[in-house]
Amino acid sequence: MTMYAHPTAARAAAPRARFTDLVAAEWIKLWSLRSTPWTLGLATLFVVGAAALAAKADYDNFPFYEPEAQREHMFSLGDAFPQEGYLTLMLVAASLGALTMVSEYGSGLIRTTTAAVPARGAVVLAKAVVTAAVWSMAGVVVAVGSFTVSQAILAGRDAAVSISDPVSLRAVAASALLAPVCALIGLCLGVLIRHAATTMVTGAFLLLMLPTMFSSDKRWSAELGHLMPGIAWNRLTTDWMPPPHPGYYPATVTESWLVLAAWPLVLLIPAILAVRRRDV
Amino acid sequence: MIEVIGLTKRYGGKTAVDDLSFTVRPGHVTGFLGPNGAGKTTTLRVILGLDAPTSGAATVGGVLFGSHRRGLHHVGALLDAQQVHGGRSATAHLTALARSNGIGRRRVAEVLAEVGLTDAAHRRVGGFSLGMKQRLGIAAALLGDPPVLMFDEPINGMDPEGVRWVRHLFRRLAAEGRTVFLSSHLMTEMEHTADHLVVIGQGRLIAAEPLRVFADRGTRRRVTVRTPQTAVLAAALTAAGATVDTAPDHLAVRGLSAERVGALAFTNAVELHELTTRTTSLEEAFMEITAGHADHLAGSR
Repeated sequence: MTMYAHPTAARAAAPRARFTDLVAAEWIKLWSLRSTPWTLGLATLFVVGAAALAAKADYDNFPFYEPEAQREHMFSLGDAFPQEGYLTLMLVAASLGALTMVSEYGSGLIRTTTAAVPARGAVVLAKAVVTAAVWSMAGVVVAVGSFTVSQAILAGRDAAVSISDPVSLRAVAASALLAPVCALIGLCLGVLIRHAATTMVTGAFLLLMLPTMFSSDKRWSAELGHLMPGIAWNRLTTDWMPPPHPGYYPATVTESWLVLAAWPLVLLIPAILAVRRRDV
Repeated sequence: MIEVIGLTKRYGGKTAVDDLSFTVRPGHVTGFLGPNGAGKTTTLRVILGLDAPTSGAATVGGVLFGSHRRGLHHVGALLDAQQVHGGRSATAHLTALARSNGIGRRRVAEVLAEVGLTDAAHRRVGGFSLGMKQRLGIAAALLGDPPVLMFDEPINGMDPEGVRWVRHLFRRLAAEGRTVFLSSHLMTEMEHTADHLVVIGQGRLIAAEPLRVFADRGTRRRVTVRTPQTAVLAAALTAAGATVDTAPDHLAVRGLSAERVGALAFTNAVELHELTTRTTSLEEAFMEITAGHADHLAGSR
């Protein structure tokens, strides 16, 4: 080990504090856990598998469909983005996002982290950058994968939609965005709640249970429901909806994009304020 | 240099640290002593900027540690060796910490070698013994080559070889001109490592002085005498001004040296079977002084 001579000399030798170093450190932390590649891999396989099964069911039932359904094949986009697959993806992404924070609180590692980097807000931001990057990549792979596999199966009935179709592109983009949005929601909940089990239950309730409590036939209830990430995603992956009329209030496409973007950005503010203020 | 100035920390209604002031100087190993729950860990947390003080302040090198954007080059700290993620290897843990402070991988290998964990570098930390985790925590503290080092109970779980190694390391770090601040609830540990002591009890300062001065504040020397003629000797010693506790076969004498006790036995023709001087151990001094302090506090309520 280097001999230490003068306090001032050592301090002058200290490298500059760069945000990219924090991002790199969080990247190392995430990928040095075996569970990370496993979770990402299994989640991807599950969602793509769910899309394949949905497409296979429509492939098998195709001969029995009405001629109009056979011609318009309105089920094709739904098969690419099945609820069971994507709700699971939301849960997994939110949980893994939360874990990057709550695992540090649970083990006490957060104290070592904070003593090494007293700029606490920057640590949370670095975690957010890594989480967003990893889940965006995973989201793209999952969305393109589930679309491609399902449409390849449906092509056997000449019932596939093209990815160059504007609605297909929108659906793929929204589905790719869903995972990073949920992961960031989980991360922020982790910062705010800190306790692992409470964070997981809150995340699952917020993302999966709460949206089912709103009805689409009452205006106020429908409007609140439009603020849910899952409902926004659902709107963006649906190619056609009847125009609004009394007793039916669908969300607009623009509103749905804004809801997906707003969740992580709005939650990051209280998360960073809280982490800077609280005792570790 | 660490300065703690009028520090008070309350958690809800409970006062963990109460108007505490002391200074820890470079070039020495300073022991931070107190019974469990005395407020040692709380004080270390405030120094590290982890907890905000209720009032008062703690500075390192004249500034609040929390005002630094990166910490490893200013203070190296081991608070609790268990506070690691069991799923990561020692190398991954240290590499991430190092990278956050702009420190390269070569330094990681250096500190792993320094603490003797090179062979275990790629094993997951979850499988480490407590002693190995302590070594890993010490390695992390050394990463930034900092002028100030703080260790909370670093000896826990270490084998005798590890204890010897760590004592030597602390003394060397101090000899290099660093501030080494070492908390423990075991007085015997300090006896072999520290030059200075900061002693606290119930969140308040009891003593901040060189270790020798502290030890001398404890009970004065005692002389143990074994003799078949306890009554005769006890009377002679008491007459000479000593305090004597009488047991069936021996006397515990305070206030006279062994030479004087021997001389008195000789002039009184008392047969001696044993004549021993017992110096107070640091442990005894510590128990006596902290107990006195606790009594005083309990009485003042």
